[in-house]
Amino acid sequence: MKKILSDKRAIVLFLLPTLLVILLIIIIPILISFYYSLLNWDGIGKGTFIGIKNYVSMLQDERLFNAIKNSLIFAGLSLFIQLPFCLFLAILVANGVKGEKVYRTLFFIPVIISTVVIGQLWQKIYNTDYGLLNEFLQKLGLSFLKQDWLGQETTALLCSFIPILWQYVGYHMLIMYAGIKGISEEVNEAAMIDGATKGQLAIYITVPMLKPILKVCATFSLIGALKVFDLIYVLTGGGPFYSTEVPSIYMYTTIFDAFHYGYGSAVSIFIILECFVFTILLNLLFKSRREEA
Amino acid sequence: MREKIKIGKIISQLFLLFYSIVSIYPLFWLLLFSLKNNNEIFGGNIAGLPKHWKFENYISAFEQAKVLDYLGNSVLVTSITILIVIILSSTAAFALERMIWRGQKTMMKVILIGMMVPIHATLLPLFMVLKNLHLLNTYWGLIIPYVAFGIPMGIYITTSFLSSIPRELEEAAAIDGCGIFKIFAVIILPLVKPALATISIFTYISSWNELMFAVTFISKQEYKTLTVGIMSMVGAYTTKWGEIGAGLVIATIPTIFIYILLSEQVQKSLVTGAVKG
Repeated sequence: MKKILSDKRAIVLFLLPTLLVILLIIIIPILISFYYSLLNWDGIGKGTFIGIKNYVSMLQDERLFNAIKNSLIFAGLSLFIQLPFCLFLAILVANGVKGEKVYRTLFFIPVIISTVVIGQLWQKIYNTDYGLLNEFLQKLGLSFLKQDWLGQETTALLCSFIPILWQYVGYHMLIMYAGIKGISEEVNEAAMIDGATKGQLAIYITVPMLKPILKVCATFSLIGALKVFDLIYVLTGGGPFYSTEVPSIYMYTTIFDAFHYGYGSAVSIFIILECFVFTILLNLLFKSRREEA
Repeated sequence: MREKIKIGKIISQLFLLFYSIVSIYPLFWLLLFSLKNNNEIFGGNIAGLPKHWKFENYISAFEQAKVLDYLGNSVLVTSITILIVIILSSTAAFALERMIWRGQKTMMKVILIGMMVPIHATLLPLFMVLKNLHLLNTYWGLIIPYVAFGIPMGIYITTSFLSSIPRELEEAAAIDGCGIFKIFAVIILPLVKPALATISIFTYISSWNELMFAVTFISKQEYKTLTVGIMSMVGAYTTKWGEIGAGLVIATIPTIFIYILLSEQVQKSLVTGAVKG
């Protein structure tokens, strides 16, 4: 048995293709990206080596700071508004309402739809002259609120985040729902016998027991927020006047529109580090909280 | 007390109903305007049902905007990606979880790093590599990156699934004189089928909907997948909402169809994907 399972030839055959693909497409490109980030290079010919100069200029790049600020605003909205809302929905649905399965299925539909479709759809919802949003406002007699939602700096940022938050409500809700269903009935029954109301049950039993799941959702939405690209690319492309720009959009335009290959690569290395650092921070935060409790 | 509970139930039911409309209505509205002509869309009938059902929008999307070609490309790229991800994840997971050799744990870690990396960081170097290999504007230029970013998750899901299955079947097969490849093909593959279904759905959603690689690596009309194709269609048809709507609906139908058939499985797969770490 052991002899069969340590067949070197088979191991190589089973693993080599996978290893090659991961090495060539993920790991080596990141190393190349780091190398590019040390160059002053416009993509044509050979770049000149400038050491960490790109990183130094990043420290004074207001457009980058603005992009980071936007992505943090998005992360904040996602953590403090979207997730609590999802938790609320999950508790409602898991509490044995009629049509439990139907709600779950419906809420999840936006999750599986292409970002391009969602983006185009919302662009039309926000359209100044013929969009659904302005039409509704008019029907409600609130015509004075009608405006160019994505075209002006004051509203564009929030309006480009809403579709992303909307799209993933069903996702987080479902993860939390699965978590709630995993809490044993006995715990709930014991609490009910002790006279807990449904509200108390949610606050004192469900939420604390759901902590590991909430951690997953928080990590997922935080990292998702730091990496967000598709929907903003489709909706506004970062405009107007960079007001909706996030780091990955900034990286993309720096490289493919402005042809600053070196600087754009430095931004991409920054995105990797940022995701990494935040994941660790979040892990620590949850860990220390648990020890306190 | 009982009264109170009843009212609470009604309120929560109403609230869920309201949010269902919020989730679905935008998509329903998309379906509506994909069937309207511009006179209706721009002439005041924005939210209502179409007065004249204009199925021509779909014909125009298929014939002039070539949505059918994009659809074909997406089907091709996605299905080959899924196939390769399944093969590589199952073989690699078998070697990592069941076979005996040194460095298994390190290898697993290397592969899992792939799950944490944001794909954006690889965009430019990958673009250069594909350019030098003359793979830009080919199907492989998309399939290979999609596979690379799909397997870490695939391996993770398959190894954790495999680790929950006892080894008795394999041991019995080995005693019966089966070789390693036969054990893999006859015993392991059928056993991990549920994990492979999860991976397929996960890979479908991510590669069918992928935008950044597709926009960057594909510029030739004949290789455009749905996401890129629709982006360029929108550029060319700015004011033709009906046709754009039809294109968007066509891009969504396969996904919705799969979802209706397998909704439980799809939900489960994506949740498994999230709870990975």
